[in-house]
Amino acid sequence: MSDLNKNKILEVKNLCTSFFTDEGEVKAVDGVNFFIEKGKTVGIVGESGSGKSITSLSILRLIQEPAGKIVNGEIVFKGENLLEKSKKEMRSIRGNNISMIFQEPMTSLNPTMTCGEQIAESIRIHQKLGRKEAKEKAIEMLKLVGIPSPEKRVKQYPFELSGGMRQRVMIAIALACNPELLIADEPTTALDVTIQAQILDLIRNLQKELGTSLMIITHDLGVVAEMCETVAVMYCGKIVEYADVKTILTNPKHPYTIGLLNSVPRHDQVYDGDLPVIKGSVPSPFNLPKGCRFVSRCPHAKDICHNQLPELKTMDDGNQVRCWIHTESWEKQEEEVASNS
Amino acid sequence: MGQQHLQPNVNISLNDKPVRKSRWLSFMKKLTKNKAAIAGATVVFTIMILAILAPLIAPYDPTHIDMSKKFQGPSSEHWLGTDDKGRDILSRLLFGSRISLTVGILSTLLGAIVGVVLGIVAGYYGKWIDSVIMRICDVLLAFPGLLLALAIVSILGPSTTNTIIAIAIFAVPTFARIVRGSTLSVKKLEYVDAIRAMGSRDTRIIFKHILPNITSPIIVQATLYIASAIITASALSFLGLGTQPPDPEWGTMLSNGRSYIAQAPHITLFPGLVILLVVVGFNLFGDGLRDALDPKSKK
Amino acid sequence: MLTFLIRRFLQIIPVMIGVTLAVFLLMHLIPGDPAQIMAGEKADEAQVEQMRENLGLNDPLHEQYLRYVGNAIQGDLGTSIRTNRPVVNEIFDSRIWITMELAFWGTVLAVVFGLIAGIISATRKYSFADVSLMVVALFGMSMPNFWLGIMLIYFFSVNLGWFPIVGWDSWKHMVLPVITIGSGGAAIIARMTRSSMLEVLDNDYIRTAHAKGVSERLVIYKHALRNALIPVVTVVGLQFGTLLGGAVITETVFAVNGIGRLVIDAIKARDFPMVQGAILVCAVAFVFVNFLVDIAYRLINKRIDLN
Repeated sequence: MSDLNKNKILEVKNLCTSFFTDEGEVKAVDGVNFFIEKGKTVGIVGESGSGKSITSLSILRLIQEPAGKIVNGEIVFKGENLLEKSKKEMRSIRGNNISMIFQEPMTSLNPTMTCGEQIAESIRIHQKLGRKEAKEKAIEMLKLVGIPSPEKRVKQYPFELSGGMRQRVMIAIALACNPELLIADEPTTALDVTIQAQILDLIRNLQKELGTSLMIITHDLGVVAEMCETVAVMYCGKIVEYADVKTILTNPKHPYTIGLLNSVPRHDQVYDGDLPVIKGSVPSPFNLPKGCRFVSRCPHAKDICHNQLPELKTMDDGNQVRCWIHTESWEKQEEEVASNS
Repeated sequence: MGQQHLQPNVNISLNDKPVRKSRWLSFMKKLTKNKAAIAGATVVFTIMILAILAPLIAPYDPTHIDMSKKFQGPSSEHWLGTDDKGRDILSRLLFGSRISLTVGILSTLLGAIVGVVLGIVAGYYGKWIDSVIMRICDVLLAFPGLLLALAIVSILGPSTTNTIIAIAIFAVPTFARIVRGSTLSVKKLEYVDAIRAMGSRDTRIIFKHILPNITSPIIVQATLYIASAIITASALSFLGLGTQPPDPEWGTMLSNGRSYIAQAPHITLFPGLVILLVVVGFNLFGDGLRDALDPKSKK
Repeated sequence: MLTFLIRRFLQIIPVMIGVTLAVFLLMHLIPGDPAQIMAGEKADEAQVEQMRENLGLNDPLHEQYLRYVGNAIQGDLGTSIRTNRPVVNEIFDSRIWITMELAFWGTVLAVVFGLIAGIISATRKYSFADVSLMVVALFGMSMPNFWLGIMLIYFFSVNLGWFPIVGWDSWKHMVLPVITIGSGGAAIIARMTRSSMLEVLDNDYIRTAHAKGVSERLVIYKHALRNALIPVVTVVGLQFGTLLGGAVITETVFAVNGIGRLVIDAIKARDFPMVQGAILVCAVAFVFVNFLVDIAYRLINKRIDLN
């Protein structure tokens, strides 16, 4: 057990993050548990509104108060609970031990500062380097993320760069202080397909080179297949399936995961007509179903699904699923239905 | 990649309400929730009613001079006291509200109509006519603040009517610019192209599609503009270039009371307070309208 | 930057032509005969005819306009009817400098107080400080400044005797007029700064800065303020114009002999060359200040292109 704990760089325990609006409380993240091992990659998968981005923002405690608040749980980073840290301690962790890359490279860089200034800023804050050394380090970082003629780029403003280049600058900022954990929130969603592959390659290579642990937030199972070792699938603020990547891609258990996989086009398959999609839409966060949150869209839904929320159950292979189908109650219900008719 | 097929299902946001209300209802809901806007509206409508009822409720004739009663402070007989000629200040303020509101609203209306027409023509037809209209606006805006109104009044001579004309001209470029901007952005929308391709006439496109889309910014701007029009009008009167005595205009009253500030400050105090109150009312109401009409505003 | 300067400067030209044309036409739009007005109401037929000849009023309008502009460029704005001195001297001997001084300090007051209040409000959204500052700003914006001036005189000069009532000799004379002329601008800049700041603080790059471990202070002053100032700079330029207009009122209330009071006296005396000259000078000053503001805007916001 202690051996396992040593390998865990980050463990999230029962994380609950809520937003308080005029219409009431929205439990954006509702009791989420997962961990990341040193040097490994975990993917968090889900649609918008599933709480995956809020989970990542919660880890760095970047949820904007008072609208949003982490109401419960623990975020253990290298054995210490981040939720107990002071604001100042938190600042010395952000960008230094844990870094983050955001979805929108177009808007995530400050338009009035040069790329060099923005990279150098975190170096100067965390490594207490002087202006000149920080600038040299910034050029070095630009070189590392594969930006040609970095001496020139360092003086340029974000609007002078393409989307892919900006995302490279974001990565340079994030990796400038050699963080132990990198959180990438939809790092390629806003980019062209060809650039997507380049950025993913870059992240993977740098991860290998620097030994960084990685948490990738995405709705794209292609990214998951390429990057991750472990995957947590989220739906409406809860993890519905948590397993190694092979299981998720070849033998998924939860109907939602199955639906996600089926809606990805595959070149080894012939479709007549449309791709299968998951019918219906995500329920309103103010009006979540009493039972399983996926019930309104689930092709297998039974009475029990409507009435009772299933637990996240650990299966024999160690993977976890939150679905009544994989419990004993399911068979009981089957029998009941059978005997009733 | 599969994302295109996952995305369409996921357009929920925290602001989505279960039932979609009509635009008018949600506008009224937003507006009535805004306490400041309600306060502003209350002030504005109260003053309007008082202005309409002035002849009925004013305790005295606003121009009746009674030198035996000059410089009286507030009392039960004269609630707000009397001025240097013994006239009842409350009655003068009540009648003055008719002048100030008329000038404020009429000049804004006039300026807005001309500005809207010019703005739509400039934005919709573009090309040289746009350049000409916008350059004229630039020139009008180059005369800073009150100076344009002063220049116009210096030509036309001081009077209430000329004050309205001067302030209206002053308002034209402001409205024209806003309307031109909105017209351009509506014109860029694809559906306008589609309608035009189907052979709709320009007038029809303007009245059916462009005008409804730009009413919100115009209403907001007009409400806020009334506030500054009232201040400008009273400033002109204060300088002796607006409404002429003995008409009980607020600025004129202030200017008149100024000479007696040491012995009877109430002559100056009350007209100023009333202007302040009305202008705050229009500003609050205008801010509230903007927040309620602005699709970007939160809550 | 140089091409920007040149192109922006070229944009001034049509505005200047329009402004001079409007001021020139002022004379011709007045109901009545300009020659009669210029010669004075008591002038006889021959004198009026003489005046018409002197002013070149018999020439075609466009020739008159070109002559007016040509003279103006050479520093000849005509002769004041009232004082019989050149208008240029009346304006530039002392009047305009007093007004500029007043407008300058008024702008400084407006910018300093407006920015401070706006930043405090935005960073403490919905706090007591925010709400009270915004209420004060609302009233400051809605207050007629002639009334504010009179009330300041009443309290601080008449009752407390802290400041002189009228005149323009020492810094003590300047305090109340500067407050009078600057308070409205301060209120508007405060509101503008607050809303601009709040909008900027909502941006993704602010989150990036937080994620880098940048301190709250630096996020506000280094990352947010520079972006928030971009729209505020434009407002400051416009405020300078409002201030020049406000000078008319402030100078009247405090009996300061600036250009504003000159305009009022000239209008009342129907001294039209004087009115023309003073308004032209103010408009040119305003156009020039806006030119400077655009350059400042360009310097802090490198993204914009001149369209």
